[in-house]
Amino acid sequence: MVNKMSEKKAEAEQPLIDAKGRRADGRKLDELRPIKLQVGNLSRADGSAYIEHGRNKIVAAVYGPRELHPRHLAQSDRVLLRVIYRMATFSVSDRKRPAPSRREHEISMVLRQALEPMLFLKMYPRAVIDVFIMVLEADGGSRCASVTAASLALADAGIPMRGLVAGVAAGKIDGKVVLDLSDIEDKIGDADVPLAMAPDRGEITLLQMDGKLTPAEFSEALRMGEEGIHQIQEMQRAVLLEKYAQIREKIGEDKDAPKEMEEKPEEEPKVTKKRIKRAKTEKKDAKPKTTKKSKSSKTKDEGSETKE
Amino acid sequence: MSIHFEQQDIVVPGQLLAEGDFRNGDGAYKEQEKVFASVIGVAKMKGKTVYVVPLKGQYIPKVRDIIIGNVVEVTLNGWLLDFHSPYPAMLPVMHALSRRDAVHAKENLRRYYDIGETVVAEIIAADRTRDPLVTTLGRGLGKVRGGMLLTIIPTRVPRLIGRKGSMINMLKSDLQIDIVVGQNGIVWVKGNPKRMKIATEAIRQIEREAHTSGLTDRVRDFINQKLAELNGE
Amino acid sequence: MDVITEIEREQIISLLREGKRLDGRGFDDVRPVSVTQDRITKAEGSAEARLGKTRVLAGVKIQVGKPFPDTPDEGVVITSSELFPIASPTFELGPPGEQAIELARVVDRGIRHSNAISRSDLCIKAGAFVYLVLVDLYILADHGNLIDVASIAAVSALMKTKLPQVKITDEGEAEVLETTTSLKMGPPPLTVTFGKIGDSIFVDPNLAEERVLEARISIAIDGDDTIAAIQKWGATPFSRQEVTDCIERASKIVKKLRKQLPKG
Repeated sequence: MVNKMSEKKAEAEQPLIDAKGRRADGRKLDELRPIKLQVGNLSRADGSAYIEHGRNKIVAAVYGPRELHPRHLAQSDRVLLRVIYRMATFSVSDRKRPAPSRREHEISMVLRQALEPMLFLKMYPRAVIDVFIMVLEADGGSRCASVTAASLALADAGIPMRGLVAGVAAGKIDGKVVLDLSDIEDKIGDADVPLAMAPDRGEITLLQMDGKLTPAEFSEALRMGEEGIHQIQEMQRAVLLEKYAQIREKIGEDKDAPKEMEEKPEEEPKVTKKRIKRAKTEKKDAKPKTTKKSKSSKTKDEGSETKE
Repeated sequence: MSIHFEQQDIVVPGQLLAEGDFRNGDGAYKEQEKVFASVIGVAKMKGKTVYVVPLKGQYIPKVRDIIIGNVVEVTLNGWLLDFHSPYPAMLPVMHALSRRDAVHAKENLRRYYDIGETVVAEIIAADRTRDPLVTTLGRGLGKVRGGMLLTIIPTRVPRLIGRKGSMINMLKSDLQIDIVVGQNGIVWVKGNPKRMKIATEAIRQIEREAHTSGLTDRVRDFINQKLAELNGE
Repeated sequence: MDVITEIEREQIISLLREGKRLDGRGFDDVRPVSVTQDRITKAEGSAEARLGKTRVLAGVKIQVGKPFPDTPDEGVVITSSELFPIASPTFELGPPGEQAIELARVVDRGIRHSNAISRSDLCIKAGAFVYLVLVDLYILADHGNLIDVASIAAVSALMKTKLPQVKITDEGEAEVLETTTSLKMGPPPLTVTFGKIGDSIFVDPNLAEERVLEARISIAIDGDDTIAAIQKWGATPFSRQEVTDCIERASKIVKKLRKQLPKG
């Protein structure tokens, strides 16, 4: 069987950076590919996100925290984070075999470790948080784009976390350090440094490298990567805010009936704390904690009417 | 000391909310002197406490909460309820049946609550290290039959109930139907089918717009409009 | 734990008895359908189909391979599917189970026995090289009736499929060229599934109805209105009359459906 449907040979021969310092796709050395983010795109998941990063098209779904089966996997003092990264058979030029490959297993592991430091694991002992990532179309840097999407999906699921993480690769092509390698730059370039960070915290949660770099080049790649991740993080925040702000905007501010908004910033705590709590609860529409009692009795009453 | 948000702002995980002498409430965490949001939600400050009312998230059992669950397993000494939480709830015979019934119950527990049946219960113990314990002994607790079940995002339940039950009481009295709201986001509705349909739409609206202002009035308008259409038929 | 509650079951059954459905549809109403073709540029053909909120993505990859010995001058079309858990909290990891395999095979049979694709068009050199057309189905959201949605996705992806041209070298090797031709395709087979609960038989069961189903029957209707494949599922029997009624209804439903789907 002859199957030569892979990369075109010609591509390897043309330079990756032209005389004007532009890359094959027209980008500057420190420029990201176009990125498009969505949240809540998978209707059956508790949280979900979609990313297009260059030609990468990736969906991430989050379930949980939920009951863990089989139960013997449960950890008595913390939640189990399971992350599975998979590629669709048609996501790459040569059809990928359907069974998970060694590469997919390894990437699943590094993605788990990229996400885990951001979570408060002890909040949900014995339960599981599942993150499923499916690469529908692959380009360079699919693992980094997967981090960006998975972190958004976790936030969309309402799972408490220290912050968002985002990913991008830096690397070296034609002897120069560049940001965000495309497929061809990754394949025939000199080095690839996949990176994920919580940039505000200065924490690197995913770091791999292959190729050849001097320590100085590596530092430059890291600096460039961090800069790119800052930009991606802003997009993550914007898309999360957008989802919920949209509903507010659509409704607009009601001038005639702003009862529930009457709540003003807290006045000065001259009175005892308990008093404040009361006063506040009365003012606004129920907020969790403080109204629990009245809620309970309500539901009970309701129940009694209907119970057989 | 500085505050980096306005009351009712929608915030995202990792967002800096306040620096200095503040405490973190739910949905927020503190590192050194900084308070950050840990979930997507609406940021608020009460006194010196900064907290975030989450817009999404699983239901975490709390003692005294009323929940609605479905029987998924009948064990030797009770029932296991699925109630859309990370943990199944355990309903032991002693918290479900009177002492007299309990004596005979061992013979066939399915006579009381069978698999697939829906139960309103109150949580009596929950600490996350063990499965929560619930009771159906009490006013308004026990099996519900007929009607329909809805599932809403649990963090939006307080809005469906409303201040002192204002929202839910409005739905019940205006539409003249029965509604039981579980804190876990499962809602049971029973009544005239056309009115149940209106209730369903109203509940979906409340869920969708939980973080917006003027909601009670919009819902009231919606119900009145739908009831007028119904009467006009 | 996916236990259907008695309340939901009773609600669905009592509505059906009155000739009604939970989402307000009639018994012969299919949910709104839409298709987006060419979703995936690295696939030789692709399409995402939506029926209500159910979403299936189909991608086609082409390989050049040897024909089966008994059909030396025919290419091969194979459909596979995987129920990766992004689409439903009840899907589990692991090799394809019963449901995934049934799904792929029912869609596969509909296409295989249709006249839409001529197998001999897929022959490069008889006895030596043929095209293998590999259709892979990924579910993005399961809100019921995966079979029909998958069948729409699969044929919509095939409509857009490009076959790379192949040159046979002097050594008798097949060399895959850069140029492509379109896969020739006639009016495609479409599968229509009916659910059965009690005496009620209705088309395009949604997720809630699916959980109460006693049986279902899927019928693939070809472009020329012949039947290309049938699958009965469930331990509840159908009467002969019920089956023939379903076929008649399926034929009408497919006619309407065709108008809403891409033609090429």
